[in-house]
Amino acid sequence: MIKGLFKKPKNDLEPSVSGRIDKPAEVNIPHELCTVCPSCKKSVFSSDLQENDYVCPNCGKHLRLNARQRIHMIADQDSFQELWADMAGSDPLGFPEYEEKLRAAELASREMESVVTGTARIGKKPTALFVMEPAFMMGSMGTVTGEKIARLFEYAAEKELPVVGFTASGGARMQEGMLSLMQMAKTSGAVKRFSDRGGFYLAVLTDPTTGGVTASFAMEADVIAAEPDALICFAGPRVIEQTIRQKLPPGLGRAESLLKNGFIDKIVPRNEQKKFIARMLRAHRKDRKEG
Amino acid sequence: MNAKDRVAAARAQDRPTAGKYIKGIFDEFTELHGDRCFGDDPAMVGGIARLGQSYVTVIAHEKGTTTRERVNRNFGSAHPEGYRKALRLMKQAEKFGRPVVTFVDTSGAFCGIGAEERGQGQAIASNLMEMMALKVPVLAIFIGEGGSGGALGIAVADQVWMLENAFYSVISPEGCASILWKDPALAPEAAECLKLTAEDLMELSVAERIIPENEGDFQKTFAFLKKEIGAFIAEKQQMPVDELLRERYHKFRKIQ
Repeated sequence: MIKGLFKKPKNDLEPSVSGRIDKPAEVNIPHELCTVCPSCKKSVFSSDLQENDYVCPNCGKHLRLNARQRIHMIADQDSFQELWADMAGSDPLGFPEYEEKLRAAELASREMESVVTGTARIGKKPTALFVMEPAFMMGSMGTVTGEKIARLFEYAAEKELPVVGFTASGGARMQEGMLSLMQMAKTSGAVKRFSDRGGFYLAVLTDPTTGGVTASFAMEADVIAAEPDALICFAGPRVIEQTIRQKLPPGLGRAESLLKNGFIDKIVPRNEQKKFIARMLRAHRKDRKEG
Repeated sequence: MNAKDRVAAARAQDRPTAGKYIKGIFDEFTELHGDRCFGDDPAMVGGIARLGQSYVTVIAHEKGTTTRERVNRNFGSAHPEGYRKALRLMKQAEKFGRPVVTFVDTSGAFCGIGAEERGQGQAIASNLMEMMALKVPVLAIFIGEGGSGGALGIAVADQVWMLENAFYSVISPEGCASILWKDPALAPEAAECLKLTAEDLMELSVAERIIPENEGDFQKTFAFLKKEIGAFIAEKQQMPVDELLRERYHKFRKIQ
């Protein structure tokens, strides 16, 4: 009944669902020969970009990556074993147009939800791993996203594995209402239990990490790294501008200012991440914890 | 009443704010200030209250009543200092075995430059984590607006009680309508879709109880809450800590 009230708004910013499906699966991956860097606007050979882990060779801009590309980049070869791969998002509130959006997101990202979870080895060290998928509704946190993350921390606690997590999220998913917000408490509870059992959790915050994810498991890690220039905030710059009606200082909410203000441990460029993570995992080996 | 009317009632200027509840329910209250890191946030009130023979720690969003007070209290939108003060007082409560009662009434955690620079996200995240493991009973009472993470930041509780006309939402209906449908005028429809009323939240297992408002006779409501908070404390204080914490964890864990 209510559904009929909501016609899809017709404007250039909101492509129709069918239009979205036609887009290539990896929205951030250029399929052309050349790609224009969104930051320095210079043209880069796509093959060079790919070889450079999608970091612009001219200006160092870290382009957004899909979950699978990240796993490929970080996990030792063939070591990733996915857990709960077939858990798909659902529409618990019967929210208008949400079913369609979920299906479109599945097609656009080729994932079932906005996070991929599993185990892997990184620099030969076994670990539990979650990687958020920005191409799935901008990594927003649905109930299944929260469920998979909570399960991963419970699994890691039981198996005595560390957890490495890559965050990328627009925050809570409003189409799931309060059930989405509750995932912040749920995941925080799982992180807390894992942490109280001595588990080591390393988070790498990537562009963008915002809202309910920043205000929960992104900021709860033992060691927090971030990619250069990643937007990491509770409220996005546009929301703040609308609230206070002032121009914002440059760099607000970027990884560099979070480092300066003391909210992250380190900015780690993409090509150093694997080495960094492996080193941190070695430093927190359980068998070193003899008393 | 439909969702839109509930939202309007929850935001009504003449609705009692937390101060009235504290005064109406407890036998005495001593406010304690400051987060011991940066400052004291007037949007978040905390302190020690007596209820008959027992003492509790009270944490509350305070919107203020006069215009001047509302401005001073930032209309109940707390900065990170507010959340850190709340956590400091909750840890203090834990140390001395005092149950924690929170009164939630905020349109959301403040979105501003200072709030971001001082880690609004980190402050809320750390409250969620620590409240989940707080070794004393925690009760959250939603008395007006329950705005998203800013509300949750003091509401990871053993039980969530909703005043009849209070609401609790992942995003404001206006925000939802403008993001999804590019039209804030569709807020009433968004309010319905978001399932934010006390009744909706009972159905979703987010809330445990609806507190009647007695058609605006809040003295009656306060007297009722005094009795019911007393009963809640008496019951939960009996529980072994590990059982209390297990139940709290599963209350949130089961939501999927």
